[in-house]
Amino acid sequence: MSVFPFVVVAWILGVGLYGIVTSRHLVHQIVCLIVVQSSTYVLLLGAGYVSGAVAPYFFDVPNHTPAVDPVVQALALTDVVVEAAVTALLLSFAIQAHKRFGTVDPHELVSLKG
Amino acid sequence: MTPATRRWVFLVAGAGLAAFYLWGLTGLPGFGSYPGPYGPTILRLAVAQTHATGVVSAVNFEYRGFDTVGEEFILFAAAAGISVVLRHLRGERDRSAVDEAADRDVPATSGAVRMVALLLAGPVIVAGWWLASHAQANPSGGFQGGVVIATAFVLLYLAGEFLVFKRVSPVALVEVVEAVGAAGFVATGLTAVLLGMPYLKNFLPLGQYPGAVSSSGTIALISFFVGLEVAAAFILIVGELLEQTLLVRREDT
Repeated sequence: MSVFPFVVVAWILGVGLYGIVTSRHLVHQIVCLIVVQSSTYVLLLGAGYVSGAVAPYFFDVPNHTPAVDPVVQALALTDVVVEAAVTALLLSFAIQAHKRFGTVDPHELVSLKG
Repeated sequence: MTPATRRWVFLVAGAGLAAFYLWGLTGLPGFGSYPGPYGPTILRLAVAQTHATGVVSAVNFEYRGFDTVGEEFILFAAAAGISVVLRHLRGERDRSAVDEAADRDVPATSGAVRMVALLLAGPVIVAGWWLASHAQANPSGGFQGGVVIATAFVLLYLAGEFLVFKRVSPVALVEVVEAVGAAGFVATGLTAVLLGMPYLKNFLPLGQYPGAVSSSGTIALISFFVGLEVAAAFILIVGELLEQTLLVRREDT
């Protein structure tokens, strides 16, 4: 058993979270969230990996060739789409925050304003 | 909260997260020995059942088709949300920020960039179309193809002006395409219901042999609709965000 992929997951998750906590710019913070979410792709694909197996596509390999789990791959695809949607929406919020409060530093956005 | 205390709170919470992660890790079967049973079952049945050689697409648009409806509408809602969030500000133009670097000399787009972007736009649309229409055969599908098609419009923006981008993707038309894509997916599922089958049941002929463009019935059809929806959604999102930069520049002059 190799734990290396799961160490990579922990590392990506860790640096992303650290970036979110210490970020001084909203766009940088959003990018850090993308990094955090990237760790879930590695986790999903790592969990479904089968040693020595092919990708779950049987266009040019015989049917029933040992393949990795297609379900986690489909979930990773969903993950990417959701990330794109969330990122776009968060970036529009960052634009709005800059226009409203004149700053994109999360430390200066301390109180809720109507 | 000062940055230092913020960091300490994070370190404490991070230590807890790491402990739970390690605990969870010990329960995993280990890298490279996925035990199933869900994945292997689908691998055994998918090609014969759906005539799709792309099993990931079969999972997305057939076995987990209902989840993918939700996934598609997350993107739909995000595009609508961005329109709402950014449109709200347009009415408050007097309060919006001015360009901080108004005196910055913005260099004109070079001829090389314009040329390459123009040359790439056509092939990129073809590649995106190919991806969106081959979900049943290869590692592709509507989500990937749609994003690639939207990229072609960004290339047109790079090649010309924002006005060119707006002219080739009028918001009213793109919104209709997005609605058709989203509704097409749902309507495909409802058609199965009208035929007396469960929602999103594959009711179309599965085709002669697995992997052909005409194979896999509704999987190919749904992937095509998803491609339309995703391409339109991303063109709308990019357009809304680009319009914001235009807004700031217009105020300077």
